[in-house]
Amino acid sequence: MTDTSRPGVRDEEILSLEGVSLWLSGREILHDVAFSLRAGELTGLIGSNGAGKTTIFRVILGLETPSAGKVLFAGHPRQRRSKSIGYVPQSIGLDPDVPLRARDLVALGLDGDRFGIPLPSRSRRQLVDEVLEAVDAQGFADARVGKLSGGELQRTLIAHALIAKPRLLLLDEPLASLDIRSEQEVVGLLAKIAKAHAIAVLISAHEMNPLLPVMDRVVYVASGRAASGPTEEVVREDVLSALYGHHVDVLHVHDRILVVAGKDETHHTELERTRTVVPRGLG
Amino acid sequence: MDAVLTSIFEPGFFTSEPVRVAVVVGGAVSLVSAVVGVFTVIRGQSFAGHSLGDLGTTGGAGAFLVGANPLWGFVTFAIIGAGAMELFGARRPRGRDMATGIVLGAGLGIAALFLYLGTTQSNTTGATITILFGSMFVIRASMIPVFALLSVLALAVVALLYRPLLLSAVSQDIASARGVPVRVVGALHLLAMAVAVSLSCVTIGAILSTAVLIGPAAAALRLTKRPGLAIAWAAVIGLAVTWLGILLAYDSYYWPPAGRGWPVSFFVVALILVVYLLADLANGQKARRAGPRAIASDKGPGVVAGRAWPSLPPEPGAE
Repeated sequence: MTDTSRPGVRDEEILSLEGVSLWLSGREILHDVAFSLRAGELTGLIGSNGAGKTTIFRVILGLETPSAGKVLFAGHPRQRRSKSIGYVPQSIGLDPDVPLRARDLVALGLDGDRFGIPLPSRSRRQLVDEVLEAVDAQGFADARVGKLSGGELQRTLIAHALIAKPRLLLLDEPLASLDIRSEQEVVGLLAKIAKAHAIAVLISAHEMNPLLPVMDRVVYVASGRAASGPTEEVVREDVLSALYGHHVDVLHVHDRILVVAGKDETHHTELERTRTVVPRGLG
Repeated sequence: MDAVLTSIFEPGFFTSEPVRVAVVVGGAVSLVSAVVGVFTVIRGQSFAGHSLGDLGTTGGAGAFLVGANPLWGFVTFAIIGAGAMELFGARRPRGRDMATGIVLGAGLGIAALFLYLGTTQSNTTGATITILFGSMFVIRASMIPVFALLSVLALAVVALLYRPLLLSAVSQDIASARGVPVRVVGALHLLAMAVAVSLSCVTIGAILSTAVLIGPAAAALRLTKRPGLAIAWAAVIGLAVTWLGILLAYDSYYWPPAGRGWPVSFFVVALILVVYLLADLANGQKARRAGPRAIASDKGPGVVAGRAWPSLPPEPGAE
């Protein structure tokens, strides 16, 4: 067992996917996906709905086993049951009646997988307070989790993941249900966490613009294929056109980047591509 | 003073053997149901909990038919029912309620047959009433060890799974990413629920077992937002309503129609409803005093996230 609590070293490769393909009920969901995540870096996993972002998360978490390729965690094949990977799923559909305060949910991040009833402990409470402070959640630490706003819940879940001292933090569409202010808060917070603790942070999003100011690298996913690297090397017409298999326009408007994939909406193009991939993959 | 006490505790309350057994067994069973019920409510499995009680009807009727102790009938059928629900409802998001419904329907069909055969054979409806509405005063003292053992079993399961159950109530995805075997945890909770419900089938009745499973837990969740306290409140409420119910039932022997006594189960269930309404009222009051946060999911205080991490040197230009 590697010591998961030691602080990461900047630029150390935490996770790498090598030639990962995944077939589920006769469909190729991922095709030859390769990228790596480094300590202290924030990587955006960008793609439209159905492109394969969540599936990539499930592969990293060990909830799906790749049909081909390797997933290496700190240079070794990843094991299931790992505290070294923190995970914040997309929407958790919380029951408002759940008797948990934000601080209880954070404490479950420490030992929620253990059996038995936890004994009250000063050091445990201190640790929870520290992490709550780190995500600026002291103001609602004692509020019922079911009553938190989207941004507050997101920060609580980040603290929940962070308290286990992960080396990799995965967030599935953390900005999806946030207003612009909370969006900026969460993005800024994640960038700080990545740098301060040398954690590799992977954020999935269908819209890359909110992440542009903080994103060190991008993994761009389209119909189960991925291109990765520094943002300016990936989000280019030639690279994305090759990824989509047809011409794609990349427009820079002020500080924003617009990717126009095909004449129609991106979604339509994506769906068509997904359908055509199947017979080719089988043949 | 003495007169007041005598009018509260009618003569013979403390010396009556059936009352003592009812106080011990009824109290313990309600406590177990209330504690297990907290997890049932937060996992959204109230329907499954109710169905296990209804399936107990089948077991109780079957036991009556073959002349066995109804408890064994309740336990057997509730556990079989729980197993069937788990098997049919596996891995489908909305499959769980459907599976529960199917198992419940099948069980009640068999119950109808058993009860019909039972009542026509014995030519009395007493058994049906006992199975459906319980009979706290006719529990034999010799059964106390069995009740105790099953109570401890159900409590041990939820105590062992305390944290994984809470975590998976928040999010199955987070729990399984953390390595919690969510399927096994869910199945074990269902088992604990089956045991708790079978016990309360005997005391409070198969149909009314839902009341002691869900009622105290639901009231407790209105009263506190802390998991440990919620369980403590549920236990206290479960115990209190049962003991008070027993007292009222004993006293009701002197109420009209004189000499008959009202059923305990009626009092317990009525008290649960009263406690729930009071808890809901108290929660509303508290929310109004606490301001907008407790009522609506409003925006938090205007703190900007991303203030420097404690160990992080302050950034030039920040704040």
